[in-house]
Amino acid sequence: MSAQVSSPEITFQPEHSGSTKKIWRTFWVLSFLTIIELVIGLVIYNMHKGAAPNHTLVLAFKGMVCILTLAKAYYIVSVFMHLGDEVRNLIMTIVVPLCLFIWFIAAFLWDGNSWKILRNRYNGKPATIEKVAPAAVEKGAKD
Amino acid sequence: MSTAAVQQGTKWWSGGKSPFNASYGKVMMWYFLMSDAFTFGAFLISYGTIRFSVNEWADPNMVFNAFPFAGHANLPLAFVSLMTFILIASSVTMVLAVHEGHNMNRKGVEKYMLWTIIGGIAFLSCQAWEWTHLLTGEHIAMLGDGTLSVLPTTVKSNPFGTPLGHEAMIAALQNTPKEQLASIAATIHVAGETHNVAAMSNGELIKFIEASGIHANNAGPIAFGGYFFGITGFHGFHVLSGVVINIIMYIKTKMQHFDQRGHYEMIEKAGLYWHFVDLVWVFVFLCFYLI
Repeated sequence: MSAQVSSPEITFQPEHSGSTKKIWRTFWVLSFLTIIELVIGLVIYNMHKGAAPNHTLVLAFKGMVCILTLAKAYYIVSVFMHLGDEVRNLIMTIVVPLCLFIWFIAAFLWDGNSWKILRNRYNGKPATIEKVAPAAVEKGAKD
Repeated sequence: MSTAAVQQGTKWWSGGKSPFNASYGKVMMWYFLMSDAFTFGAFLISYGTIRFSVNEWADPNMVFNAFPFAGHANLPLAFVSLMTFILIASSVTMVLAVHEGHNMNRKGVEKYMLWTIIGGIAFLSCQAWEWTHLLTGEHIAMLGDGTLSVLPTTVKSNPFGTPLGHEAMIAALQNTPKEQLASIAATIHVAGETHNVAAMSNGELIKFIEASGIHANNAGPIAFGGYFFGITGFHGFHVLSGVVINIIMYIKTKMQHFDQRGHYEMIEKAGLYWHFVDLVWVFVFLCFYLI
C-alpha cells in the first residue's frame, strides 16, 4: 500500500521502498562504529594504566572517538529520523543552526582551560599539572 | 536526496502548500528537538568547561567499572556498552514501526512499538542500577579535614580524586576518629575471617586497615556527581517520557485511531522524539564514559 499524506497541502512524499534493508544496514553501521569506539576507549584505558601515557596519542584517540560519534549522529539523523529524505531547505534549517555548536564547544572549553591556567598561576603552581596515574582498583573495597 | 517536485510557476505564498512540503506537526517536532538539543548541548558543554577548569577529574574507567551480578569484577565500559546497544536496538525497532506505518500495517506497528517500549524500560532499569551502584558505593577517601572516610558518589561527595600515597594514608589514619575507622574496617572483607569491628581499638583498627592493602584517594571535585546525576537524570527523564508517549501510541494504534485517520504520521513524530533521545545518549556516552 502506498504512503498517504496527512493533508492535501502536502504534494510530495519521500520515496518509501518496501524493504527494510536500509534500516538494518544502518543498524549494523551504528553497531560497528560503536564497537570501534569501545575498542578505542579500552585502548585509552590501558594507556592510562601504564607508566607514562603519551598525551598527544591519547588526545588523538579521543579526537577519533569524537569523529566516530559525529558519524553515528549523521546516520541516526539522516536515516532513522528520515531527515535525509526531506526537502533540502528543511534540512538546512536544522543543520545550519547546529553549526553554532562548533563555536559553542570551542569557546567554552577554551574558557575552562583558561580558568585553570589563571587559577594555577594565582596559586603559584605551574600552568598545567601533570596527571598522576590513577589508583589501582581497591582490593576488598565494597562496591 | 529527493527534491520537491515543483510545477512550473508555483507560487509558494499563494496558499495551499505546506512549508517545506511537510506537515506542520512534523516540522514543529523538529524545531522542538532543536531547542532540546541546545539544552542538552548547553549542559554537556558546561560539564566540559568545568572539567577543563580543574586540574584533576575522575577517570571514568575507575568510576564506572561495575556490571550487575558480576560482584567486584573490573569491567570498564561493559555496562554502558550494554545500555548503548539497548537504546540503538530500540531505535531500530522504532524505525521499523514507522516503516510498518507507511505500509498501513497495524499489526506490524503494534509489534515494533512493543519492542521499542521494552527497550526503553530495559534502558531505564539499567540506568537505575547504575545510579544505585554509585549512590551506595563505598570508597575510602580523604576529607578536607585530613581524616579518612567511606564515601559514596553523590551530588555532595566524590571519592575519586588523586590517589593517596601510602605514607599520606598512614598519616591520615592516625587522624581519623574511631567511628570512621570502624566504618572503613567494615568495608574490608578478608576471606574466611569474620572480625568484630566494634570491639577493636584504634590501634588495632589502623593495623587491620593497613594490612589489608586497600588504597585511598583524595576527595575529588564535587561537581562530578552533580553533573553526572543531573545530565543522566535529565536524559533518563526524556527516556521515561518517551516510553510514556510510545505506550500511548501503542494504545492508539491498537484502538485503530490511525487506521481511521488514514495515516500513521503520529508514529513518525513519536519516532523523531525517540531517536532524539537515542542521539542524546550517544553524546552523553561520549562525554562521560569515553573521553
